[in-house]
Parts: sequence; C-alpha cells; structure tokens
Amino acid sequence: MPYVVKRTGFYALVVFIVLFSVFPFYYAILTSLKSGTALFRVNYLPVDFSLANYTSVLTNGVFPTNILNSVIVAVVVVAISLFLAVTAAYALSRINFAGRGLLLLTILAVSMFPQIAVLAGLFEMVRAAGVYNTLFSLIFAYMIFTLPFTVWVLTTFMRDLPVEIEEAAIVDGASPFTIVMRVFLPLMWPALVTTGLLAFIAAWNEFLFALTFVSNNSTRTVPVAIALLSGASEQEIPWGTIMAASVIVTVPLIVLVLIFQRKIISGLTAGGVKG
Amino acid sequence: MANVQAGVPPTEKALEAERAGARPRSDLSRQRLRSAWLFLAPMILVLTLVAGWPLVKTIWFSLTDASLSDLEGAKFVGLRNYYEYVDYGDGEGEYFGLLFDPQWWNAVWNTVYYSVISVTIETILGLAFALVLNAEFKGRSVVRAAVLIPWAIPTIVSAKMWAWMMNDQFGILNDMLMSIGILSSPVAWTADPDTAMWAVIIVDVWKTTPFMALLILAGLQMVPGDVYEAAKIDGIHPVKVFWKVTLPLIRPAILVAVIFRALDALRVFDLIYVLTPNNTQTKSMSVFAQENLFQFDKFAYGSAASTLLFLVIAFITLFYIKVARLDLGGRGK
Repeated sequence: MPYVVKRTGFYALVVFIVLFSVFPFYYAILTSLKSGTALFRVNYLPVDFSLANYTSVLTNGVFPTNILNSVIVAVVVVAISLFLAVTAAYALSRINFAGRGLLLLTILAVSMFPQIAVLAGLFEMVRAAGVYNTLFSLIFAYMIFTLPFTVWVLTTFMRDLPVEIEEAAIVDGASPFTIVMRVFLPLMWPALVTTGLLAFIAAWNEFLFALTFVSNNSTRTVPVAIALLSGASEQEIPWGTIMAASVIVTVPLIVLVLIFQRKIISGLTAGGVKG
Repeated sequence: MANVQAGVPPTEKALEAERAGARPRSDLSRQRLRSAWLFLAPMILVLTLVAGWPLVKTIWFSLTDASLSDLEGAKFVGLRNYYEYVDYGDGEGEYFGLLFDPQWWNAVWNTVYYSVISVTIETILGLAFALVLNAEFKGRSVVRAAVLIPWAIPTIVSAKMWAWMMNDQFGILNDMLMSIGILSSPVAWTADPDTAMWAVIIVDVWKTTPFMALLILAGLQMVPGDVYEAAKIDGIHPVKVFWKVTLPLIRPAILVAVIFRALDALRVFDLIYVLTPNNTQTKSMSVFAQENLFQFDKFAYGSAASTLLFLVIAFITLFYIKVARLDLGGRGK
C-alpha cells in the first residue's frame, strides 16, 4: 500500500475516534442553546444562540440547590475517604503483618460489590439511624465505593516508594502517625489529587443510592434531579432544559478531566490490578 | 560475619525481618504492628458498616416476609422467597418463588445478553482505539483528551443525551441514518422492543470504550519497543506481529479490563432505568430487584433477587479469575 493511502486511512480513523467521543456532548450543547420550535429541527451546526434554557433551569425550581447538594456530598466523601485511606494504605504497604494479603483481597472484593446487594440492608440502617432523606445517608453510603478504591490505589502508590525515606524518621524515633503525616503526605500529593478526583467523579455521578435514600426534591443530587426533570405531561419532555442541566453538571467534570488528564490515566490504570 | 551483622543499623534489620515475614522481635516491630492495626481499624469499621453488615441484612431480609412499611416486624420464612411448592391436593400443585419467576429469568437473560455483547464490542473497539493511540502522530494528546470525555460524563447525562439523539421524531440519529440511506423510515430506538436493547448497548459502548482503550493502552505501552524492531528486521508482516507478539503480551491487561467491565455490566442499573424505563426487553437484574424493593412493596422478594444477583456475580468472578489465572493477590514487595 502506498504511504499516502496508509496515512490517510490512519487519520480517517483518528477523526472517527474524535467524532465518536465528542459528538454526543457537542450535540447536547447545541440543543441546550436552542429554544422554542427550533428544538425540533435537526441541525448539525450551531444556528441559534439562546440562553433561555439555562436561565430557566437555574431560576425555576430547586436545581441550584441540587448542584450544591452534589458538591457537598462529593467533597465530604472525598475528604473522609482520603483521610481514612492514607493511614490504612500506609499500614497495608509499609508494614508486614499476618493477614495483609487477605485484607487486600477483601478490599478489592468490596470494590466489586454490586450496589444492589447492600441496598436493602443499607436502607434499613439509614432509616434506623434517622438519616433517611438527608445528605448524611449518601455521604455514608458512598464510602462503599470510594473507600476501597482510594485505599487500593494509595497502597499501590506507597508500595513503590523507596525504603530509605522512612529509615531516617524511624531512627529519629518518629511515631508511625508522624511518619505518615510528615514523611509520606508531602510525597503523596500527586496520588492524592488523582484518587481524590476519581472519587469525586464517582460520588458526583452516583444514581442508585441517591434515588433510594432521598425522596425530597430539594435534598436530591444532580443525577436524580436530571433523571426526574419532566414537563407538564408525559408527551412534553423538556429536552432543552434537560440538555442545559446536563451541560451545567458535565462541563466542570470535563474541565477537571482535561486539566488532570495524565494523572487520571495513571490513576485509572493503577486502580486496575496488575495481571 | 558477626561484625557485618553488627554493622547493620537496628532499624534496617527490623524492617528487613518484617519484610521477610519473620515474627516481630524488637520493640520497634511490635510498635509498628500495633499502629498498623490502629491505622486499619477505622477503615475496617467503615467497610464493615457500609458493606459487610448491609450485605448480611439483605440476605436476612431475603429469608423473611419483610415489607417496606414493616421492616422491624419481619419474620423468618425460610427459602419461601426463592422456592415454594403449594400443594393444591389431589397431586396438583404449583411452584412459586424467585427461581420459578419467568420475569426474574427474563431479567437474568437480559443482563447476561447485554453484558456479553457490550463487553465484547467494547473490548474489540477499545483494542482498536488503543492501537491508534499508541502510534506516534501529531495531536495525539488532543485525541487522548477527547477520548476521556465520554468516560467523565455522568451515566444519567449520557442516557438523556442519547435518548434525545435517538428520539423517534426529532432525533439526529434517525436523521443521519436516513440521509445516508441505511434507514428508510424513522425508528423509535428506545421504545421499540426490537431495538431497545441495542439502544442500551450503543450508549454503553459509547460511554465505556474509552475506559477499555486506556486500560489496554497502558498494557501496550509496557511492550518493549525492541520486540517490534526485531520483528521488523526479520521481515514479519505487521498483522502477524500483532497476533503472535502484541496480543499475547497485552493479554493480562485485556483480561483485567474485561473482568472490571463485566462486573460493571452485570450490575447495570442507571442506564437502563433512565434510557428505557418500564421495558421488559431491557430490564436488568438490578432494575428488577430495585423495583420489587421500593416500588412493588415486595421488600423480601427484592432482597432475594439482590442476594441471587450477588451470588451470580461472585460466582462469575471466581470462575473467571480461575479460568484466566489472574493474579489478584496484590502481592508485591
């Protein structure tokens, strides 16, 4: 095959990959900027530029509160899981104790738990603890997927750090807690940013628990709010508003992902076990 | 020898003994061991509360007559939610329970069908994407960034976006396919029983192929470049190199990516719940369980479905790990 044909074919493939990945979101933005009957004409390129859908979703109803709820839940979940995970990861990666392998395997198993398997039990706990319909229920429940994941990734990261960095501190008689806080934490910022970001995205996107443990419109998080956005009747689905809401909750994520692209890729692949 | 031993600082000796798995002898080792459990305790407690205990409770509820309005008064009924034979007398009777519920088996079939097809497509497409992204070309970092977008978008948002694109009257997908002549009349993708499952699969493939591609790409980047050079010097055809060299080397990465995706696919809920609500053609095991738990007021029955789903997934995972001989022990130095 001549070089030119090969090269063109290759770039055609590249263009296909980019279009495949980007087009649906591009089309959502395009739709969100349409208003009235323009919505029902198919366009491939932007023709309208109306912010009506955005003002409507941000001023009518409780959508801003939903965004705030999502931010609160995700931030608190990330903070708690990182704090618990850093100390746990230190113990799992730097100290050899009986049962370590089994514990690691259990953590991995929990991260693969189907959420539905704990839903009934968690629901009872949430009701018994009196946190049904509050954000606390979600903060608690989300630990099931953020904690095993952060522990796992941070353990992998800490295991690869050289022994020498700890030795001086041990000779000086530093306690293990001091070692974690003074020696490891400063070295771990890149790993913490990555895992924190991935945990944030997971908490931000969660749907099943948020749908089950909260029934109050103003306590809902954004995924449930968007899923339940509806018009006056079954036939009048407000596509423009739904797309505007979707764009609002997705743009911050995409910006974060693009900024931390390299770190995310390394975090994702560290989360996948070495075969 | 004794002199050499004495020259080693005590900490290093203790650390080494620890690493060798020896029984802790020094105070230092003992102190470290104590703090290890102290550090692990909060995490273990949280995981027990959020995963272990609720799982036990779910299994317990599946053996009771619990209802949503009366969880505390649940009474043990044995396996009746799973299996029950009601004798009508005269040698006639009927079987009830989850194991004889055609709707449950329909949900099992839907889930397995969806998982097998979508994970297969995603693996093949992900491999293709990874091979492209592994090549050197201008703008590669832009393409890599673009590929991350579907992964970052919340599942609910992608379900809504695609529901709009697949709209029967105003959707762009029908418009595209009709203008290039693949379709002659519009299709109601998410509502039509023949296409509903494919609609779900299309959205899932779109959303998770990037994740697959990135995991496989990580495997590809670990293949040393001189392998390819050697093959090139020997004049071996690139296609043969792919099958005989690349594929065996990245097999572990692919197997791990497949198990992660498969576990995700088997518990699918969000996408199906939002894209094709109340559709028996796409109802998955998780949707079936959630409906029974919270919409049909059959809490115990829903718990039984949740328990079976857990067992099915646990069984598939163990089987897969055994067959693929994955090393999931996480044992490293």
